[in-house]
Amino acid sequence: MENKLIISPSPHIHSGDSIERNMYGVLIALAPAFAASLFFFGLGALVVMTASIASCVAFEYVITKYIMKREPTVGDGSAILTGALLAFNLPSNLPLWIIVLGALFAIGVAKMSFGGLGNNIFNPALAGRVFLLISFPAQMTTWPSPGIFPLTYTDGATGATVLSMLNEGASQLPGYADMLLGRMGGSMGEISAIALLLGMAFMLVRRIITWHIPVAVILTVAVFTGIMYAVDPVAYANPLVHLLSGGLLLGAIFMATDYVTSPMSRSGMIVFGVGTGLITAVIRLFGSYPEGVSFAILIMNAVTPLINTYFKQTHFGGK
Amino acid sequence: MQKTFRIGGIHPPANKWSAGKPIVKADIPAQAIVPLAQHIGAPAQPVVKKGDKLKAGALIAKAGGFVSANIHAPVSGSVLKIDEALDASGYKRPAIFIDTEGDEWDEGIDLSPEIRRDCSLAPQEIIAAINRAGIAGMGGATFPTHVKLTPPPGHTAEIVIINAVECEPFLTSDHALMLAHGEEMLIGTSLLMRALGVGKAAIGIESNKPDAIALLTRMAAAFEGISVVPLKVRYPQGGEKQLIDAIVRRQVKSGALPISAGAVVQNAGTAFAVYEAVQKNKPLVERIVTVTGRGVSAPANYLARIGTPLRQLMEASGLTANPGKIISGGPMMGKAVASADIPVTKGCSGILVLSPDESRRKPMRNCIRCAKCVDACPMGLNPTLLMNAAEFAAWDTAETNYAADCIECGSCNYVCPSNRPLLDHIRIAKGKVMEIARSRKS
Repeated sequence: MENKLIISPSPHIHSGDSIERNMYGVLIALAPAFAASLFFFGLGALVVMTASIASCVAFEYVITKYIMKREPTVGDGSAILTGALLAFNLPSNLPLWIIVLGALFAIGVAKMSFGGLGNNIFNPALAGRVFLLISFPAQMTTWPSPGIFPLTYTDGATGATVLSMLNEGASQLPGYADMLLGRMGGSMGEISAIALLLGMAFMLVRRIITWHIPVAVILTVAVFTGIMYAVDPVAYANPLVHLLSGGLLLGAIFMATDYVTSPMSRSGMIVFGVGTGLITAVIRLFGSYPEGVSFAILIMNAVTPLINTYFKQTHFGGK
Repeated sequence: MQKTFRIGGIHPPANKWSAGKPIVKADIPAQAIVPLAQHIGAPAQPVVKKGDKLKAGALIAKAGGFVSANIHAPVSGSVLKIDEALDASGYKRPAIFIDTEGDEWDEGIDLSPEIRRDCSLAPQEIIAAINRAGIAGMGGATFPTHVKLTPPPGHTAEIVIINAVECEPFLTSDHALMLAHGEEMLIGTSLLMRALGVGKAAIGIESNKPDAIALLTRMAAAFEGISVVPLKVRYPQGGEKQLIDAIVRRQVKSGALPISAGAVVQNAGTAFAVYEAVQKNKPLVERIVTVTGRGVSAPANYLARIGTPLRQLMEASGLTANPGKIISGGPMMGKAVASADIPVTKGCSGILVLSPDESRRKPMRNCIRCAKCVDACPMGLNPTLLMNAAEFAAWDTAETNYAADCIECGSCNYVCPSNRPLLDHIRIAKGKVMEIARSRKS
């Protein structure tokens, strides 16, 4: 018995938390929003989701195994999550080959070229989305109109999003009930506010994320657009429209909270969230793009190391 | 709302399987192995030699300096040898081996169960009695108690805090002690107050021990200035700085002594040992040890003589054929020992026996920067940053990010989803930073 005792430094127990628990936890939290997407966009949502996840996983497997020559880590769920989040940020009528290109950029450039999970600077799914937005602006801004599980993919009717309507000065917006439920045009995962908030509640309860980033982003956008609305309600939309439209909730809840690319301290998270909210609002109100969440988060990703340096956790006993 | 400390902390499952079990008197070992370094500070110097006949309670080694502690014979018998013996540190260090003969105690030691409450000793006499009895902190850190009762110039104690938190999972020795000897512990507390000249004492107990809270609250009514403070269950509340923060809402500054917050913290077991030393003239030769874990069939609390081999207590609790890991102390801060034959020492609050499948760490993976370690750290450190600093030997980064403040509670390792050995690395950084700071001073 003596020579079989295991010796190691303390602690001798572990919480059982794992990368998988967190990654698959986020995937579960995405389920309600995906259900809404399936309901309103039908077959297209299913095709885009499947293609995006399959190509992200395939690219990560091939790159780790044959280029980096390491044991593939696709089982950890992070490539599946990147695939799901990329799909969420795409219109559900996007052609397959464009999705595959987006996945290649997200996994190959934004994630694996930095060393894989944990080492990337930018949120891979968002980097993939912005790459596609810049490369294929027409396809990326042609959204299908919502139906009731339509069996169409690239051949369905198309329509505008709330934000593009605003950008073009349209006056007839969808009602708040439709915006809450998700019956409006948009990227496949961003439409249903209720479903996204349900996902956030799940992640908060499971302690996968803390409230700091999403609340800071949402409050900042609400306050900024609220002030502008108060100044000139004709030129600027109601802040509630801003909160419920576009990718704001998807970005605040699922993209800005990405562990790897967001700050580590609570105060840093607040700074990160406020910065994301401000840039989003500025792009939406004054920029030429109707939507700015993706750019805002990527810009704040780049600032994260600086935030980590200047906004540290509260030290016991003060400085 | 119940009080607790204000930064970080975790909630590991309590697993207090031996809670509520009575204290069982362990058999006196056939041979006691008594290490000379059972406390922080200089090892004690032996005052006996091979062949000497001893009674239990006789002085066998004198404190080797101010920060050191006397050691007494835990059994009666004859000194077999003074030789090296493996202890919980994993090193072979000098120890006195005593072959037991009968159970005779030194004259003047009061072994009667009668509780003596009155004390007319002056503070200095109380401290001298504690010093004579060789008492060192019994929560596991084993800091010599008389040192803590002698605040450095410029510091004044305002409150005695009794650490009856027992936040380590599995351990129940302090809990068992409070239920069986609550009154003696309170008398010990009042002796500590008297020694320090303070009028206030708080006994911190986590709310998962409602029976102990109720009992001591009732008993404390008869003691002036002593109050029982129920605390919200949260690890590492038994950390000295965390407990002070929880009870008096003051955070000891980086590098400062707890006395700078006006608090002197003593473990519940230490308070009981102080009672026995001062009121019964009984030196510290036995203690309560919890034996628990999946590797034993009958978790229990034992009153065991110092020097009893761990194996004897584990066998009394039904040691399984193939234990994976034997830990002296709790699962968060205890030490995995290299042999079942090392002895019980003054700081050994428990023996935790893990099964082989619970004993191994899972493989380390990439840091995903989830910041769960940052949220868990009770000292407000960034464990993953400190681990990086240690890996790259960036000692200045480690120093400016307070590596030396780490209390080694293990919360960061516990929560890490990537199973990263954060604390292993922070220990290296801490040691290096302290070494650099010392060389700068000299």
